[in-house]
Amino acid sequence: MNHVDQTAGGADSGCSPSMRDGMVASMKILLIEDDLEAAAYLTKAFREAGIVVDHASDGESGLFMGTENSYDVMIIDRMLPRRDGLSVISELRRKGVHTPVLILSALGQVDDRVTGLRAGGDDYLPKPYAFSELLARVEVLGRRKGTPEQDMVYRVANLELDRLSHEVRRGGKEILLQPREFRLLEYLMRNAGQVVTRTMLLENVWDYHFDPQTNVIDVHVSRLRSKIEKDFDQPLLKTVRGAGYMIKDEG
Amino acid sequence: MTTFRVLYKSTAVRLSALYIVLFAICAAFLVFYVTALSERILGQQTRDTLQQEVSDIQRAYGRGGMNAMLRMMERRARQPGANLYIIASPTGEILTGNVASVEPGVFETEGWTLIPFRYERYSESGATTDKHQANGHVFVLDNGLRILVGRDLGEPQKLRFLVRRALMVALGVMGLGALVIWFGIGRNALKRIDRMSAASTKIMAGDLSQRLPVGGSGDEFDRMSESLNAMLGRIEKLNEGLRQVSDNIAHDLKTPLTRLRNKAADAIGRKNEDGRRAALEGIIAESDQLIRTFDALLMISRVEAGSVAAEMSFVDLSAIVADSVDLYEPVAEEAGLSLVADIQPDVGVQGNRELIGQAIFNLIDNAIKYGVGAEAGARIRMRLVKEEGGIRICVADNGPGVPADRRDEVTKRFVRLDESRSKPGTGLGLSLVEAVMELHSGRLELSDTDPDNAAARGLTATMVFPAPEQ
Repeated sequence: MNHVDQTAGGADSGCSPSMRDGMVASMKILLIEDDLEAAAYLTKAFREAGIVVDHASDGESGLFMGTENSYDVMIIDRMLPRRDGLSVISELRRKGVHTPVLILSALGQVDDRVTGLRAGGDDYLPKPYAFSELLARVEVLGRRKGTPEQDMVYRVANLELDRLSHEVRRGGKEILLQPREFRLLEYLMRNAGQVVTRTMLLENVWDYHFDPQTNVIDVHVSRLRSKIEKDFDQPLLKTVRGAGYMIKDEG
Repeated sequence: MTTFRVLYKSTAVRLSALYIVLFAICAAFLVFYVTALSERILGQQTRDTLQQEVSDIQRAYGRGGMNAMLRMMERRARQPGANLYIIASPTGEILTGNVASVEPGVFETEGWTLIPFRYERYSESGATTDKHQANGHVFVLDNGLRILVGRDLGEPQKLRFLVRRALMVALGVMGLGALVIWFGIGRNALKRIDRMSAASTKIMAGDLSQRLPVGGSGDEFDRMSESLNAMLGRIEKLNEGLRQVSDNIAHDLKTPLTRLRNKAADAIGRKNEDGRRAALEGIIAESDQLIRTFDALLMISRVEAGSVAAEMSFVDLSAIVADSVDLYEPVAEEAGLSLVADIQPDVGVQGNRELIGQAIFNLIDNAIKYGVGAEAGARIRMRLVKEEGGIRICVADNGPGVPADRRDEVTKRFVRLDESRSKPGTGLGLSLVEAVMELHSGRLELSDTDPDNAAARGLTATMVFPAPEQ
């Protein structure tokens, strides 16, 4: 099972925004994973995406590294030798380490997600997963780009979204959106410059946690796109093939 | 002889043999104890009687001299089963008495003879005959004559003999009974167990349709066989399901894997970068589809195992149905269908929101997939209603529908009525819906949307939740 995820989607690093734009993302992550083959694969794939990876192969050493060093994101497997993943997370939190944690789990079940997030995890990805999905989530957790959460107005190029008045304008011209379209755009803009996968959209806009097996999300995104780009030449909302979507100022 | 060896190997027989041996030892001990005790009591009684005789004789002698004593002894000696009465000279010669001769030296010590002595009786013909044993008490008169009063030991010896013979007979009967029991019960049980092991050997060899024999008497063996048979039935059913699933998996995964392989071969063959990239993307899409299939399979088996039952909470069905309309309306529209919903507000159940959501999404997905292209305007009607009999969520399309005789089939894993598999999908959608409904103690009902319209009966899939307790 662990190996299935490695082929899943492939190392879609070519699509990673950081690489394509030649930006040097100095993100540093800690990967706690006992499957050495999977860890080697992930380390290589992350490196190709411009992310530095430290690897720990069991819970105790992972906890040690997570406490001693500073990371942008930690990826923690749920089942680990010597100390299980959830206990590593709660111990880190108890020690005042608030680094965002993404939980990897072979269990992949709804209640596992809930217990994982309750233990202090920030995101949860069941195996098998596509690397592009993992990369997108790690980048969003690392929050190197995008808009600070507390901003009341999100801006990308000439597109403006006011979270208080729920108004969307582009080039000063108001765009009318359905409530769901507004939330979709809000999420995309908050993570501007980062790839957002379909699963992430379903999770954050509709609050359902599974892989949308059909083109449901695509249809919503294309409707949104037609609304915000109808009268403008500069495309903002792009499809990242094999991964998801990204809103970005190309200028 | 083999039978005996086999019998000996049987636990029941070994146990009963051991029991019999133990019982025999206990019985023997008891018998010997009883004989010893009765002999002692009998001996005590004899001594008491003799003591009494002795003092009677002494009293008679003291009162009336030799004459009175002799008369008394003579009278008593004539009684049937009389004691032994002997008057002997100081030298030990028998002067008179109802005994022909005694062992020499019996008169030498006064008081109780320490060991039984031998004596001879007068036979009826007057000749001395058989030898007997007796215990006795000797005393000496003031004139030097020695008097012996004794009792024959025949009676206690006879008793001991009787008791021992009874014991032998009892042990013999017991042993015989044990043999009968060995042969009857032991062999019978053995035969039944043999039949059972023969049946289980066949089962082990892979014939799960075999059942253990049931005698019909309702005894322990039958009860055991029955419960084992019930277990076998369950295993057979599960195994059958498993076999079918793995057959289907093998079949359904082979096709995409072959496609995957061909696409990879194609990618290698391509010369230009763009073409290769497109081919690789096709490979990724194909792999994703495979992963989805595995995910769905795992999901179904987890739901069926009930491991998600812990994560149950109050679920607002009205909100979920509204969500699903919101999520799928654009998709339906894009596909040329209209999606209309009639949602009763504030309907909820105890359940798992994610699973119920996914089940509804699957139904809408199916409705879109198979409902497209209806002539009179493809339409999906959704309805959430709370009725007496339970809460119903209906998803109705006006597509070709599913023939009544094939409705059971479509909820099975990987079963797709569309043999060509032209529509995308895993063939697991309805299986998941059914598993989810089972988890919620509900059911999935499939029916015609419009039974009168032979061309487009349409399919109405209804998730029925049991009415919540008030």
